[in-house]
Amino acid sequence: MIKTDQITKIFKLGKKNPPITAVEDLTLEVKEGEVFGFLGPNGAGKTTTVRMLTSLIAPTSGHATINGLQLGKDDQKIRGDVGILTETPGMYDRLSAEKNLTIFARLYRVKDIPGQVAIYLHMLGLWERRFDEVGSFSKGMRQKLAIARALLHEPKILFLDEPTSGLDPEAAKLVRDFIEELKMEGRTIFLCTHNLDEADRLCQRIAIFKTHLITVDTPEALRTRLFGRKVVFHLKSIDPNWLGLIKELPFVQSASNIDNKLMIGLNDPENENPVIVRKLVEAGAEIQFVGELRHSLEDIYLQMIHQS
Amino acid sequence: MDRIRTIIDKEWAEVFKNRLVLFTVTLLPLLFTAMPLIILSNIKMGNSTGVEMTDSSAGFTQNCAGLPSQDCLQILMSNEFLLLFMILPVMIPITIAAYSIVGEKTTHSLEPLLATPISTIELLAGKTLAAILPGVVATWGCFLIFILLLPVTGISQAVRSYITGPTWLMAITIIGPLMAVLAANFAVIVSSRVNDPRVAEQFSAILLVPLLVVLFLQIAGVIVVNVQLVLLGIFGFIVLDCFFIYLGSKLFQRENILTRWK
Repeated sequence: MIKTDQITKIFKLGKKNPPITAVEDLTLEVKEGEVFGFLGPNGAGKTTTVRMLTSLIAPTSGHATINGLQLGKDDQKIRGDVGILTETPGMYDRLSAEKNLTIFARLYRVKDIPGQVAIYLHMLGLWERRFDEVGSFSKGMRQKLAIARALLHEPKILFLDEPTSGLDPEAAKLVRDFIEELKMEGRTIFLCTHNLDEADRLCQRIAIFKTHLITVDTPEALRTRLFGRKVVFHLKSIDPNWLGLIKELPFVQSASNIDNKLMIGLNDPENENPVIVRKLVEAGAEIQFVGELRHSLEDIYLQMIHQS
Repeated sequence: MDRIRTIIDKEWAEVFKNRLVLFTVTLLPLLFTAMPLIILSNIKMGNSTGVEMTDSSAGFTQNCAGLPSQDCLQILMSNEFLLLFMILPVMIPITIAAYSIVGEKTTHSLEPLLATPISTIELLAGKTLAAILPGVVATWGCFLIFILLLPVTGISQAVRSYITGPTWLMAITIIGPLMAVLAANFAVIVSSRVNDPRVAEQFSAILLVPLLVVLFLQIAGVIVVNVQLVLLGIFGFIVLDCFFIYLGSKLFQRENILTRWK
């Protein structure tokens, strides 16, 4: 579990330049076994947050606990307990994949080093290339190797900073599938990403962040909060009176008509849709399809960032 | 200790794949061993005695008293060679250590390394030892080869005794490692504060300057490398080593290294 209480990070840039606040009063809680998306524009302070939570840099103020360990007090233990995939894989290019992993397994004091290295090389499809210098690897292979490195010591909490950034669609899918597997294993994953579709698919909750926390909730709750729930009724043809009939219903929040489509804002579509369908059919409408209008996480993200 | 060993293994596995480093660690010592042997075997003089070498410094002429001029000149030359040998425990650690931090910065491997539970002391110990040990081993190895091949040069027993005497032995076995410690720590400090491996190596090479000053002062006859000077050197290097080890651990700030990297 990750718990932060008003952590702030200010970088002092010498006497000539004013200090920069990278993270301000960040308070959040990531539950055990949760995949938590941390979204924000470039320069929002996401990497700084990850670095603070992995005890790489110290917060200027505030408190945080990682798995019950206190930041600033149990730093070495925290670093041993968490796994991190940094923004750039940063491997030792002149060494083989196996040697790279062995070095980190030794630093993390993994018990069965050859066994553990073999498990992750197999799992990520790198076994056949284990003796090859990492310098000869593609970007996707390096990213997979970096993920293996982050997992060697079986951390319960994993920080992934842009895990699919710069990967081709196939490699990105492979990484995403692997994150799904990790999610199934019940690991806590703190995922920083620009890929909003990825966050939508993988994360139980997301935080939108730009130096300070803008919002944190489940993607569904954010959709409802921002845009409400809207249902689209595709009709064969439309009579202008039908819109008035629908608006008369007490539970209808909003209704509009666009190209033979009725867009109706509802709070509880599961129970309210049948009433609308009945009303429209009684009025002589021929309904072709009914579906919920789902705003993308991108819509939510952009709205939130612009509001902030 | 295990983590320190891991860092040493990693440094060696990586650094010895670099041809420049391999050249510095292997060819340079061999060159510095062969050169004195060749020169010593080619010094030929008349039968005059050491006291007649009026161009030499007073201190040195005293050491040569009673010895033939050829022996005296060979001893004088051997003192210069000693300083040549002392370049090795500085040059090799600098070549390795200068790359150690800034090299990892440029390849972005420093952040994952710092994210492991390794302590700063373990990391610095691993990095510096990885640079010190090859320097010391190369210096000692070359000195051993030099001693074993001395009879081939045809030098007299007196010269041989001088070279295997306390001045040389203390310099090679004690000052050599102390200089290597200083060079490695200095280079790691520089490496953690610059953004370019070449700058790190060039800036660290500044450590060779005092050595060259001693070399030239001796050639000019201002000083003579003898037991007293070596003892003074041992004391001085111990103080400097302690200072630079302390400074290195104080200056190595994970946060600054990670965030002030542009």
